[in-house]
Amino acid sequence: MAPSKFASVESAPPIEVFALNKAYVEDTFPQKVNLGVGAYRTDEGKPWVLPVVRHMEQKLAADETLNKEYLPVLGYEPLASAATRMLLGSDSASLKEGRATGIQCLSGTGALRVGAEFLAHIGKHSIVYSSNPTWGNHSLVFLNAGFTSYRSYRYWDAAKKALDFDGLMEDLRNAPENSVIILHACAHNPTGVDPTQDQWRQIADLIEERRLFPFFDSAYQGFASGDLDRDAWAVRYFDSRGFEMVCAQSFAKNFGLYNERVGNLTFVAKDRSVIEPVRSQITLLVRANYSNPPNHGARIVGTVLNDPVLTEQWKSHIKTMADRIISMRLGLRERLEKLETPGTWNHITDQIGMFSFTGLGPLAVDKLIADHHIYLLKGGRINMCGLNTGNIDYVAKCIHEVVTTTQEASL
Amino acid sequence: MSLISSLKIFSPSSLNTTQNALSVVSSRANSWWSHVEMGPPDPILGVTEAFKRDTNPKKMNLGVGAYRDDNGKPFILPAVKMAEAEIAKKNMDKEYSPISGSPEFCKATINLALGEDNEWTKNGLNATVQGISGTGSLRIGTAFLSAFFPGGKDLYMPTPTWGNHVPLAKHAGLGVKQYRYYDPKTCGFDFHGALQDIAKIPERSMILLHACAHNPTGVDPKPEQWAEMSKVIKEKKLFPFFDMAYQGFASGDIDKDAAPVRMFLKDGHQIALSQSYAKNMGLYGERAGAFSLICSSKEEAAATMSQLKIIIRPMYSNPPVTGARIATEILTNPSLRSQWLKDVKGMADRIISMRQLLRSNLAKEGSSRDWAHITDQIGMFCFTGMTPPQVEKLTKDFSVYLTKDGRISVAGITSKNVEYLAHAIHQVTK
Repeated sequence: MAPSKFASVESAPPIEVFALNKAYVEDTFPQKVNLGVGAYRTDEGKPWVLPVVRHMEQKLAADETLNKEYLPVLGYEPLASAATRMLLGSDSASLKEGRATGIQCLSGTGALRVGAEFLAHIGKHSIVYSSNPTWGNHSLVFLNAGFTSYRSYRYWDAAKKALDFDGLMEDLRNAPENSVIILHACAHNPTGVDPTQDQWRQIADLIEERRLFPFFDSAYQGFASGDLDRDAWAVRYFDSRGFEMVCAQSFAKNFGLYNERVGNLTFVAKDRSVIEPVRSQITLLVRANYSNPPNHGARIVGTVLNDPVLTEQWKSHIKTMADRIISMRLGLRERLEKLETPGTWNHITDQIGMFSFTGLGPLAVDKLIADHHIYLLKGGRINMCGLNTGNIDYVAKCIHEVVTTTQEASL
Repeated sequence: MSLISSLKIFSPSSLNTTQNALSVVSSRANSWWSHVEMGPPDPILGVTEAFKRDTNPKKMNLGVGAYRDDNGKPFILPAVKMAEAEIAKKNMDKEYSPISGSPEFCKATINLALGEDNEWTKNGLNATVQGISGTGSLRIGTAFLSAFFPGGKDLYMPTPTWGNHVPLAKHAGLGVKQYRYYDPKTCGFDFHGALQDIAKIPERSMILLHACAHNPTGVDPKPEQWAEMSKVIKEKKLFPFFDMAYQGFASGDIDKDAAPVRMFLKDGHQIALSQSYAKNMGLYGERAGAFSLICSSKEEAAATMSQLKIIIRPMYSNPPVTGARIATEILTNPSLRSQWLKDVKGMADRIISMRQLLRSNLAKEGSSRDWAHITDQIGMFCFTGMTPPQVEKLTKDFSVYLTKDGRISVAGITSKNVEYLAHAIHQVTK
């Protein structure tokens, strides 16, 4: 055989969160704890398929009128319109004036990618900012979508274990005009630290003044506080200010539909006459990427969101998940304070959503993994869903142990 | 794509959002998007839209390429229904799929293409990832080739080819070139033209091949012609990228339809392969497909696999499972698999019989034209050879909807409307 054309292809580095999960799965230690991958777990440590989702799947299976025909390129319209309405609220001026539109995408990542490709190819934006730190995939999505420069704005103050608001504002002030700014709508990943309402107002003022373009990433609406409206406050505030913006929405966590890839890209314009041209250009982008989105998850979410009774049922599930996470935050903080673990631990309950930036340094993290079989990301991010009444004592004890025996800056 | 002009952006705070003519004008000027032009309308969608608006009870939609049963209705394969029932029993979770899709799905899919006991999978030489049906798999493949193919970055495509191949390749950063394929004089394969053009392709270029049921013409090379092409492609050191969207759906026989792919591998080519379950399992909207590279060693397969994942993650992180689970269940459950083989043969047979009926009815109508290509061609589509004015007349006078290039979707023909169609075609072509 002729020499291979691909002999020179090098193996790519493993992706941290998946490598971590693999290590956890292969660990035989009986008390191992997985605080890595961002998926909800019940108090028994199990995945949870929401009852309303199971119910919908049975209903869909029994519905003889349904088929597997292609969805339109821009997706299942009942899903897209309901998702946009869920985000902006039915009082939204942009929605009422026909200036807001939704496009079904492949979960949050897919919505980010379609939005980013549109902004790069059609909007000719080339510079994008995200927070430091941010979700690991943000930079890759935008750079692969055609952006030429990925930059960070300060966000996490390691010393205070809080938002570095002054740093954030200074970095945005220095961002070139037309830069796209990725904003986590709520439950910042990975820190769990969100700006206050007053801080959001100032951020909006600055974005307006500096002529930057806001791109919201909303992966946890409802999942963060248990309240859909509360978690959408920042997006709705920007909308009420008349911003043009896009927002990537994921239904992976709040519907527990991780592997069905249900998402929505909400696009808000100043003028309704641009909506159709924009949709037609996005159609071309989608066609050249994957033609049309998957059907199954869209029907589940689209049907629930358009049915008041099912929506109420779903809201109660979200509250269940959010409440359990909040109780784990309380529980962990209480135990660490009771153990008198060095440092302050109020950040655990100040933070919101699935993740907590513990402030644990790399040495402590290594020890937690190697000595105690507790798996978390290098940067100290833990998934609160991985905690439950069965393991919270063990985790608190081990955190105490590594903190007291590790010499590390800033804790 | 649209033109970009540089706009002076006014401060958004000067805008009020109450609806009056002045604010509409100033809001357009304020918008980031007022320069965005309407994209060209999708030609196939346009056909369906026009069809929907037509009130003629005899209207026929021969545009969209989706299978229809003899009542003109979408068809859910019995094997699919059975698979769904099995899957429901298992109460599976909704946890993230691996980036590359489930290993079971990938294995079943590449084995479907190459044969259950094939030496390439057995030796771990394939890097196979789930893709968003055929389009998504082509997208992953073109992205990989754009980044890693060590030769020329032009992808050579048959003339004509599926309308989306060109935007797909360009979007991935590849150049697009052509080789002759369809001969309008015979409504058949331009074998000599194809060989001549392929022989002129610069060495170490990539060539796209439709494995079976060529879209849009329905014209496939004969086995001995494939053998010749394989030889020339090997001599010219070209890299074959197979698009197989109709395995089983073309002839009704999964091995026969995959024969060109298997032949090329036996001949020693390293190939790329895109597969789709949209048509052969009727899973259109569930978006199940796969992209594979057949490598020269296990290590190479592992390395290319890791790079494929790096390509997928910033696109959509990981694939949707429902369609893939159905395909896996069907392929790995012996009774479901044999049911599926019956179902797909049933679809292929119906299409073949519609071709026969159309041709015989045209003869009955008294048409003196040679319509042999209707039955010589294979798969979903038929390039009738009708000219644009004839197509226009067919639509206007008979409410038969098809694309301007004279392509009909044979799946849209039923035993109840084939006579009407033959009559209509005869009227516009006599």
